[in-house]
Amino acid sequence: MEKLVVVDGNHAAALGALLCRPDVVAAYPITPQTPLVEHFTQYIADGALDCAILEPESEHSAMSILEGASLAGGRTFTATSSQGLALMYEPYFRASTMRLPIVMDIVNREMISPQTIWGGPQDSLSVRDAGWIQIYVEDNQEILDMNVQAFKIAEHKDVLLPVNICFDGFYLSHMTEGVLVCEQEKVDAFLPKYLPEHVKLDPERPMAVDPLTPGAYLQYYRELHMQAMDNAKKVIQQVNDEFAQLFGRSYGGLVDTYRLEDADYVLITMGSLTGTARVAVDYARQKGVKVGILKLRSIRPFPKELVQQYLKGRKAAGVVDRNVSFGWHCGITYLEVLSAMGGALNMPLLPFIGGLGGEDLTIELLAKAIDYIVAAGKGRYNTPQQAIWLVKGEEE
Amino acid sequence: MKEIRLHGRGGQGIVKSAEVIVYAAVQEGKFVACFPYFGFEKKGGPVSAFVRIDNKKIREKNQVYFPHCIIVLDPTIMGATDVFQGAREDCVLVINARSVDSLDIPDQITTITYIDATALSEELLGRKVPNTVMLGAYAKATGWTDVEKLAGRAGEIWGEKNRDAVLRGYSDVTVIRRGEV
Repeated sequence: MEKLVVVDGNHAAALGALLCRPDVVAAYPITPQTPLVEHFTQYIADGALDCAILEPESEHSAMSILEGASLAGGRTFTATSSQGLALMYEPYFRASTMRLPIVMDIVNREMISPQTIWGGPQDSLSVRDAGWIQIYVEDNQEILDMNVQAFKIAEHKDVLLPVNICFDGFYLSHMTEGVLVCEQEKVDAFLPKYLPEHVKLDPERPMAVDPLTPGAYLQYYRELHMQAMDNAKKVIQQVNDEFAQLFGRSYGGLVDTYRLEDADYVLITMGSLTGTARVAVDYARQKGVKVGILKLRSIRPFPKELVQQYLKGRKAAGVVDRNVSFGWHCGITYLEVLSAMGGALNMPLLPFIGGLGGEDLTIELLAKAIDYIVAAGKGRYNTPQQAIWLVKGEEE
Repeated sequence: MKEIRLHGRGGQGIVKSAEVIVYAAVQEGKFVACFPYFGFEKKGGPVSAFVRIDNKKIREKNQVYFPHCIIVLDPTIMGATDVFQGAREDCVLVINARSVDSLDIPDQITTITYIDATALSEELLGRKVPNTVMLGAYAKATGWTDVEKLAGRAGEIWGEKNRDAVLRGYSDVTVIRRGEV
């Protein structure tokens, strides 16, 4: 039977990673990720698992260590946030382009300046084109379960890509709730030991890795990398379904939906704000507004086909972004949805921005977003050229 | 759903208190979630924490604006924060204070509960850490969470003296129900 524990998101992440029996963990502390690594390290110190823990002098070194460990055949895990991820950028890119199945949790934190420590996925979304798989989650159970799924996705022979499980700083990292911990024996059966076949540093069989490579070959590697991303769409869904069968919890795969079946209007969300949006949708439904939620889970690979399928035939939709794309005057996932729809877009699609820097996204603000979407669907509001800002105190 | 908002300052154990409520309520088979809001992690800065208790899964990931219960661990915070903001009808106030005579408490707060948790914690623990005494006061004021479960959890985390502090908070708190004679 699964054990029910009372933990915050960081602790849930540590428990999920622990279940996967990583061989090497290297991490550098940064708010709000610090407790994640502290919890993990405590379990190792208490003898829960034989795992090498390294605390190097920077995030750049942490990721570099994992690359060496992964090349040597180890299962590797780390976590970071915002400025730590920024400092890691150089080896971050190398991890994906060397096709190393590293798992790294990103405890989403707003980027400076001005100085901030609070939540927001600007950090990970800003590096969405660095070749990693990025999955965004909504609550603590999903954090634990997705850390277990992440290794299975990353190590799949048709994928072989590193995976980020991304969750909102403070809203999840420091939120405490009941979480079920998967049985170790079942996880062991679900996730067998990592046995690399494509590349492995072994003194018995010397091998050169990552030599200077001319453009023609590099281009070929990029093509294979893109193909692996396409393959990941199927694998993420398969792993979700296999996990659901074993553990009884399904998250939908690349996307999740809520009250969407008969909806005329769609609120598109990502991450922890989806929970609050579910409540806002229930209130709107009570008033007879046929609105539902399309929750984006995988941002890389982007579920283009599913977005098209779920938006088809609706009257209007809107995307709530807790981040910005400078130069476009809208959020990043808005652009992603817009690209996915392309010529198939035949309805108003509204860009919303709110909740930056840990600012609260309230039920009232999400209700306001729904009101805008409904008005646009009825032709009373045109798709704006700039984002609609969701600001507390300006709900009316 | 019951929504609780806690107010205090960094170092008073406010976040941990919220976690103890969550732990105790989960043991009772309830769905519970809490999260804090604070500035940079340092002692003395204003801290809030938000707890939700329900019989079904908690989905909200936003702060509590319309609390059914307000817990004030440090009355000096009232100069900086309007702790009563958004109080629902029949709201319960649990405050760390010797008396509430000088407070202007809004009408929708119909249960007023106070205890000098700072003095009592100093007596029981040798330190001015009011949170465990306040947990006991909360249990008495609301009846929403079993005091034995709160005390048990406090004992596991901080030792027997804090277990006793929860129970003393429960037994020593003064409860005023407005509208009752």
